[in-house]
Amino acid sequence: MSTTAPRLGAGRRARARIATGVMVALLLVAGVLTLCLGDFGLTPGDVAQVLLGGGERLDRFIVTEVRLPRLVLAVLVGAAFGLSGGLFQSVLRNPLASPDVIGVTSGASVAALAALLGGASPWIVSASAFGGALLVSGVIAALSTRGGHGISGYRFVLIGIAVALMGRAVLEWVLTRSDVRDASTALSWLVGSVGNSRWPEILVLAIAMAVLLPLVAASARPLGLLESGDELATGLGAPARRLRPLLLALAVALAAAATAAAGPMAFVALIAAPVARGVLRLGRPSLGATALVGALIVAWADIVAQHALPETIAVPAGIVTGAIGAAYLLWLLATGRDRERSR
Amino acid sequence: MLVIAAVVLVLALLASLALGARDVAPGTVLQALLDPVAGDNDHTVVRDLRVPRTVIGLLAGAAFALAGAVMQGLTRNPLAEPGLLGVNTGASLFVVLGISLLGVSSSLGYLWCALLGAAVATAVVYLIGRGGEGGTSPARLVLSGAALTAGLTGVINLVLLTDQQALDRFRFWQVGSLVGRDLENVAAIWPFLAAGVAVALLSGRTLNTLALGEELARGLGQRTGVVRVALLAVIVLLAGGGTALAGPLLFIGLVVPHLARGLVGSDYRWIVPLSALLGPALVLLADVVGRLVARPSEIEVGIVAAFIGAPVMILLLRRVRTEGL
Repeated sequence: MSTTAPRLGAGRRARARIATGVMVALLLVAGVLTLCLGDFGLTPGDVAQVLLGGGERLDRFIVTEVRLPRLVLAVLVGAAFGLSGGLFQSVLRNPLASPDVIGVTSGASVAALAALLGGASPWIVSASAFGGALLVSGVIAALSTRGGHGISGYRFVLIGIAVALMGRAVLEWVLTRSDVRDASTALSWLVGSVGNSRWPEILVLAIAMAVLLPLVAASARPLGLLESGDELATGLGAPARRLRPLLLALAVALAAAATAAAGPMAFVALIAAPVARGVLRLGRPSLGATALVGALIVAWADIVAQHALPETIAVPAGIVTGAIGAAYLLWLLATGRDRERSR
Repeated sequence: MLVIAAVVLVLALLASLALGARDVAPGTVLQALLDPVAGDNDHTVVRDLRVPRTVIGLLAGAAFALAGAVMQGLTRNPLAEPGLLGVNTGASLFVVLGISLLGVSSSLGYLWCALLGAAVATAVVYLIGRGGEGGTSPARLVLSGAALTAGLTGVINLVLLTDQQALDRFRFWQVGSLVGRDLENVAAIWPFLAAGVAVALLSGRTLNTLALGEELARGLGQRTGVVRVALLAVIVLLAGGGTALAGPLLFIGLVVPHLARGLVGSDYRWIVPLSALLGPALVLLADVVGRLVARPSEIEVGIVAAFIGAPVMILLLRRVRTEGL
């Protein structure tokens, strides 16, 4: 992967456009499957009728109150985690520095779970998730800046892992302190699930994203410049020292909003951006494609978790994304590909 | 130094027997141990509740601390630790699978599951850490461990979410606790731990030679291949046995050898025995702290250990020179 933006030939552009088209198509297929499949099967025709405002009462209920929220939540959460991970990785120039590896989502989880078990409203849960995530990232950043080195490289990631382990200890303690049914619900939330989706939670996430997405879009250009090095970026009008904390705060907010809505969907943030890069092969980060890949991963993971596993018990989507992500992470380390961009 | 460490350990033992939701005077503790009176409440508390958890803390502490010391020497990596590298999680996973799929319920069954899981995880993380050119760097090894842990935890969660009974038993074990484990477990597990501890205690000189580097060690007549396999087996015995006994305690294997190194320097002939004394002392003190902080309830030892261990890890990371990371 080159760090300077290459001039793009027409062929590459066409390739990227086709790839984007394929991904959009896959997302649509996932949407249709999510709305149609289930114990109470619906035909695409039934679903279309409901979406157009007609249909039978039972069909309406299943689509608008059960399956549509699930789909919308999966797409929003996936996009938010994907973007958050992409921002982290680009700003810190380290493919391992995604919020789920370095403990940002675990900070958000502790705070959000405490609020959830206390029976707080979706707004409070989101706010406390954001507070927890911000606190954890602040602590990690403060601990890993040293001398003039700034927040980059492995030190940040490893300190993040230490903080994440502390967060996990607290979570496990909370689990032992609650009734076994609550513990089971909490565990399924902790794994990352879009199964308990209801419109109020989704509304909170949607509003948060409506605020954050324009900011993310505005950051696309400075982000590309940051990737090519601090000095170059500053020279080209993107002051790295001032931009970096801002972009990270944006990424933290995205991760926190998504965590509050669906739990820490494991590793979506880690894999979305590299997959988007690999598919588009533009040689620079593409935020739109990253969001699309994130949404695709969560939507399909949910379908696999719900319908492809032998048992009829609902398994949270986070199990599937976690398995994919862990395999990817091990592959990254085993092949040494994480070193290319980490210095 | 060894004498001081032994004294600290004895004090920790006494504290673990005497302190808790119901404090018992040291004299009464001794009396309870030597000449118990049936029906005396204090004596019952000491003999039935405190003695088992103290024995378990003693064994588990020694096991994890020695596993950490051997691992750090073997990999020449200051951050190596069975907990961080996913070995304990591997043991957990196999225990969960044993409980849920095979209906394992005997202590010996748990033990074999844990040992097998520890062995598989050790092999995987060792192979991955070696991958790529340039061998194993501290950071990459820890990251491989974190990735492995995450993957294994995913599978554990999958089992637990489909089996609420298993979750109910497992969540207390997972958190790392010395309570609710019978002395029966100890009876089944201690021979394995003893074997691991014995070999670990004899490995000081070998670890010193390995610390010189592969080529020098071979030049000094060390058969490095054989030695490596033997030491990996020791790690599996200690980490797997310790996990079967007390759950996957994190950070003990990281903190204790570094503490020992700070006290006696980098000679493994001293680090290893000192770790064997300080490990149990740390686990027991963490357990006592957990009992005292949240009286009359308590905080499990694994959580206290994480809150002691994570800051130490961060300190170590800040001290390690930048080139290594």
